[in-house]
Amino acid sequence: MKLKEYYHSVTLRRDKCRGCTNCIKRCPTEAIRVRDGKARIIAERCIDCGECIRVCPYHAKVAVTDPLSSIERFRYRIALPAPTLYGQFKNVSDINVILAGLKNLGFDYVYEVARGADYVTAFVKQALKDPNRKRPIISSSCPAIVRLIQVRFPELIDNIVDVDSPMEITAQLARNEFCEKYGVKPEEVGVFFITPCAAKMTSIRNPVGRKESSVDGAISIQEIYGQLYNQISKLKREDVAQMASPFGVGWANSGGESLALGIDSYLAVDGIQNVIRVLEEIEDDKLTDLEYFEGLACPGGCVGGPLTVENGFVAKNRIRKLSEKAKGRPVSEDELHEVGQKISWRLDEKILPKPVMKLDDDIVEAMKKMETIKEIYESLPGLDCGSCGSPSCRTLAEDIVRGYASEMDCVFKLREKVKQLALEMIELSEKIPGGRKEKERQE
Amino acid sequence: MTGGYYSIEQVFHVKAGDFASAGEASSQIKKILKQLGIDSTLVRRVSIAAYEAEMNLVIHSVGGELKLKVTPQSIVVTAEDKGPGIPDIDLAMQEGYSTAPEIARELGFGAGMGLPNIKRCADRLNIQSKVGEGTLLEIYFDIKAR
Ligand SMILES: Nc1ncnc2c1ncn2[C@@H]1O[C@H](COP(=O)(O)OP(=O)(O)O)[C@@H](O)[C@H]1O
Ligand code: SF4
Ligand SMILES: [Mg+2]
Repeated sequence: MKLKEYYHSVTLRRDKCRGCTNCIKRCPTEAIRVRDGKARIIAERCIDCGECIRVCPYHAKVAVTDPLSSIERFRYRIALPAPTLYGQFKNVSDINVILAGLKNLGFDYVYEVARGADYVTAFVKQALKDPNRKRPIISSSCPAIVRLIQVRFPELIDNIVDVDSPMEITAQLARNEFCEKYGVKPEEVGVFFITPCAAKMTSIRNPVGRKESSVDGAISIQEIYGQLYNQISKLKREDVAQMASPFGVGWANSGGESLALGIDSYLAVDGIQNVIRVLEEIEDDKLTDLEYFEGLACPGGCVGGPLTVENGFVAKNRIRKLSEKAKGRPVSEDELHEVGQKISWRLDEKILPKPVMKLDDDIVEAMKKMETIKEIYESLPGLDCGSCGSPSCRTLAEDIVRGYASEMDCVFKLREKVKQLALEMIELSEKIPGGRKEKERQE
Repeated sequence: MTGGYYSIEQVFHVKAGDFASAGEASSQIKKILKQLGIDSTLVRRVSIAAYEAEMNLVIHSVGGELKLKVTPQSIVVTAEDKGPGIPDIDLAMQEGYSTAPEIARELGFGAGMGLPNIKRCADRLNIQSKVGEGTLLEIYFDIKAR
């Protein structure tokens, strides 16, 4: 296996971790355990959704992203702001002010990911015309959801639309445009995504559905927020021109993507637990006349991303207002055709299932393990207290069978055992010459 | 061990009219099959059939048991209840035929597609029913060697 398959942006800061049960309980793929008093992330299971970053009260879960200084590696630098960035600032009524601010931070060029989203919408509209595709067609835009499907819903992989995400499409559009305009070599240009989440960072380092990312790095919204805020309040520049359509900007909010498609039969769901519930129903064929499914891991959509600064609800409202003023037009057929020739917009690598929940490759072995899990589970107290470091009694039983834990990790089991040992000690001590029983016998 | 093959079984009790927990048994079944590493398309077929069988126990029967049995070659889902039984099985098997009560219809059930769906998903299906005694539904799936 290639090493990069284990790359994750979400990581643990051991020094800050207190070994509580907050993250293990919330992880949608049961990817976290507490062992020896510290959390541990099981790399094969983690989908970088950022739930643990959001719930950790000690800020021990962090997303590794690139520092702003990393853009200095390149002679020319392009910023790709996620539309979510627009909703972060108070009193900004013109997106151009934000784009100009980015330039002042050291970028030579700014290209809105919201414009790339306009192209994605146009490509997906084409896909929707194809009656042979499996319904519902599932959006590929949230990398955490694509990974969730790999891990928990492999049967739905073929429903994922083979159009790449706005970030990847924007990166190519931006690099091409810049290189053409200024006659520079593509290698000299660094393209950086301004990210609301860890999942996007991971998908740059370790993309799913394409061989390599067109993006060179990701800088978190939190990282540049302060500096950008200062730039914004200072000045206006004339050399930026906002291009995305209202629909493209609206992608930051849950439902924005579906709205842009202009179809009736869609479902847009945000928050990873909600998405799981709906994917279960899709898998069970319960949502039969659904055309399109947009699932976003974060509450409210990307505006609720773990690396944002502003309250997601406030940001959502701002996005709504800003999108109304966006100046771009939707992508025309001709534009789409032209761009379709120039960039690789299709997810052309097969998305593979990641059956990490599977107990064994051999079915008989898996069945035996299942039986043992059941036996162990029935002997556990069923309180799901998490003190053992596994998210539930059931998962502890699984961990024991997989060889990652022991029955004595359960505090109740341990107490029983200690009690039993204590009783045995008393009994033994009584048998020692001079003990109570011995004395009784002598009397 | 039965017939020289290793097998596992899991029984779920399903209460009549209990819409709050309806669907739990079949979602457990789905989870078990995924953990056993069963091919995802087959998991999907079994879960759909198990769900329909479970809902029929909830809606139409006095309550009963949903049972999962897995061997390396096959999966069998059995739904067994103690009444009221199906008077005319051929009729019940027809698409769109339903005797679902108002309360079930209000919740969106009773399209009369359950049994036909089960048949479509299964490799083999066996229904036995006697009015006044109960219904036994045996849904068979073959696990094809990969
Ligand atoms: N376990 C059962 N006990 C009694 N009657 C049943 C049972 N399962 C199905 N039926 C009968 O068969 C009919 C068709 O079932 P089904 O195809 O699942 O449709 P639906 O559940 O929507 O009515 C039911 O309306 C009911 O009359
Ligand atoms: S919803 Fe948006 S911000 Fe959240 S993980 Fe998905 S892509 Fe990232
Ligand atoms: Mg039914």
